[in-house]
Amino acid sequence: MSDSTVAADQLQHHREPELVEQFDTLEQQKDVSQFGMWVFLVTEIMFFGGLFAAYLIYRNLYNPAFVIASSSIAISWGAINTGVLICSSLTMAMAVHSAAVGARKLLIFFLVATLILGFVFLSIKGKEYYDKWVEHHVPGANFDFNYERAEKGEVVAPPDVASQTSIFFSLYFAMTGMHALHMIIGAGILIALIWKSYRGAYPPHHYTMIENFGLYWHFVDIIWIFLFPLLYLVSRSPVH
Amino acid sequence: MSTATVAPAALEMPADTYLNSSFGIKSWFLTKDHKRIALMYLVSISLFFLFGGTMAVLMRLELLTPAGDLFQSDTYNKLFTMHGIVMVFFFLVPSIPATLGNFVLPMMIGARDLAFPKINLASWYIFMIGACFTFSAIISGGVDTGWTFYTPLSTQYLNTHVIAAALGIMIAGFASIFTGLNFIVTTHRMRAPGMTWFRLPLFVWSQYAVSIVMVLATPVLAITLILVALERGFHIGIFNPQLGGDPVLFQHMFWFYSHPAVYIMILPGFGVISEVIPCFSRKRIFGYSAVAFSSMAIGVFGFLVWAHHMFVAGISTYSALVFSLLTFIIAIPSAIKVFNWTATMYKGSIHFDTPMLYAIAFIGLFTIGGLTGLFLAALGVDVHVTATYFVVAHFHYVMVGGMLVAYLSGLHFWWPKITGRMYPEPPAKLSALITFIGFNLTFFPQFVLGYMGMPRRYHVYPPEFQVLNVLSTAGASVLAVGLLMPMFYMLWSLKYGEIAGNNPYRATGLEWQTTSPPPTHNFHETPIVTRDAYDYESLTEEVEVVG
Repeated sequence: MSDSTVAADQLQHHREPELVEQFDTLEQQKDVSQFGMWVFLVTEIMFFGGLFAAYLIYRNLYNPAFVIASSSIAISWGAINTGVLICSSLTMAMAVHSAAVGARKLLIFFLVATLILGFVFLSIKGKEYYDKWVEHHVPGANFDFNYERAEKGEVVAPPDVASQTSIFFSLYFAMTGMHALHMIIGAGILIALIWKSYRGAYPPHHYTMIENFGLYWHFVDIIWIFLFPLLYLVSRSPVH
Repeated sequence: MSTATVAPAALEMPADTYLNSSFGIKSWFLTKDHKRIALMYLVSISLFFLFGGTMAVLMRLELLTPAGDLFQSDTYNKLFTMHGIVMVFFFLVPSIPATLGNFVLPMMIGARDLAFPKINLASWYIFMIGACFTFSAIISGGVDTGWTFYTPLSTQYLNTHVIAAALGIMIAGFASIFTGLNFIVTTHRMRAPGMTWFRLPLFVWSQYAVSIVMVLATPVLAITLILVALERGFHIGIFNPQLGGDPVLFQHMFWFYSHPAVYIMILPGFGVISEVIPCFSRKRIFGYSAVAFSSMAIGVFGFLVWAHHMFVAGISTYSALVFSLLTFIIAIPSAIKVFNWTATMYKGSIHFDTPMLYAIAFIGLFTIGGLTGLFLAALGVDVHVTATYFVVAHFHYVMVGGMLVAYLSGLHFWWPKITGRMYPEPPAKLSALITFIGFNLTFFPQFVLGYMGMPRRYHVYPPEFQVLNVLSTAGASVLAVGLLMPMFYMLWSLKYGEIAGNNPYRATGLEWQTTSPPPTHNFHETPIVTRDAYDYESLTEEVEVVG
């Protein structure tokens, strides 16, 4: 197969310190790691895809239960969180841009801002989970959809529908929980990135880590962009 | 290939290899070299295989007599569950990709390493962490769900360590996602100059197809098993009929992974056979692009047949019809491969070395396994033989007769490249023969048993089934001898085997151009490729000229 060979020193002259040994050029290295990141995001789509498929099936099976359960969620917190997350995507995009132009202080600033917005999102999510707990809307032994609903003047679900709402809340916690887990992992990586940026690890010719993390962060954001309407908005119409 | 010459009389081990470049525990456990990681995988999965095999032997012993005289039914349930889990998730799925693929794929395309060496190392650690979870479940009392974890049995009725076992499998799944991701990116971006897509060895094509399946299917298994664990731990009701959940949804999600996983297990075997047959027939492979595209077709169609595991689970007749049709269709690309391999051998100069013996056994056994798959794809027959030994025999013909035999073929084929020494030919040929005989004696009677109606997963059976069961158990003992023999003579060959030289089989392919064992960066100089794969005709001519 090989009739001739490329002289080894031709490939190895002036290797940059950031260039790892299996690659020939920094461009190849960057291209490869971005490609890898996209493949990883495809696996993430399949991961959430299983949950979206389950949602689709049960929403069709138990439409009245999904309508009433969805309407019981406070829309305001979800909407605020959507805004927070979109802002964090903006700061993340700004961080990538700052890295590209070599503005190290701005890079750190935007990464910290992204981290803070991530924590704001998680805190609001925690508050929403707490509300569900108080309302007895967490699936399990204490689940009771109609708990104190009549006293508060809210629509009381018929018994069969009320028990079916447990499926909605199972999906709600599984989907938002998996999303929150991705946010927590992302926050952990962000802390490491902030520390390494502070140490000057991402010069303009070698900031692929920042760019790849940006892809991940935007992906997690997009998952929420689907979760918010599916869980909070799409069934929000009066029960017929 | 002007560099190829007839092997000189006295061969020496190369001075600079991946094995002697550094020493000590850290140089292995923190290595980024794909070849060392492949060896770490090889040792781990061999141990898991021994464990799973022991479970199988215990089951066959119990089935020697109609009465349940060795184990209680609970213990027997645990035995077949642990056999299935360990063999499927900790041996078959990683077997060829993580060991042979990891070792030779970068060399075959002329790369110094995989695209992400650290992720490759991480995949081994993740695999072992997953194994720790699953084995902790086994040690602390076992699991008895069957390897399929069907709900609501697994979520509500059993009192065993389902969560630990399921999480272990989920974690090990990420190891195969990482391997698949690495292979996809490496194949796309790390090929040597001149190594075009249609000059890739077919082993690389099959690894590429299997990587796509791994990357797309494994995450679905992950989320499914997370839901099972959540359902057991927190009583959410997604698969629980009492709360309105649908247990059949679990089966859909599980088989959406696990049917493609069947192709994760068999496609790499196809790749090995496509390397071995041309080499020992001294002929270019017949229909290169047909074999390459049939791998991709199997990868794609593999996603569209999952519900044929559920014909008796109450799915609608019309969807059953469609899935039956698609299952028949997926037999076509597999058949294309079998015809192309046999056509490659036609008028070839066939050498019956051990890898070739295994490869020929593979063609026969896989054909039987594949054709009985068509019986099961037929809706009427399937109802008759569902959950009987017919199914057990069918998938063992594919998984053991197909994949394990292909794995052994590949392991013998690349052993000189991995270790620098030849395996001893006479015991290797003998073990191939014993394996073939033992395998058929074990599993062929099970086709008959299943057709007569003996259900799987029971440890007692009516006395009229005993003769066939005794045959099967006797076969299992023969098979065990055939499978244990390589462990001994291969370890022996590490020290006493003949020194192999760079290319003991005069094979084409870039991995044979470098030294055996290869240096840490595989090639001292990046190769440039100017020929198609399997160019055995011109290789023979040139050898004649040079010799």
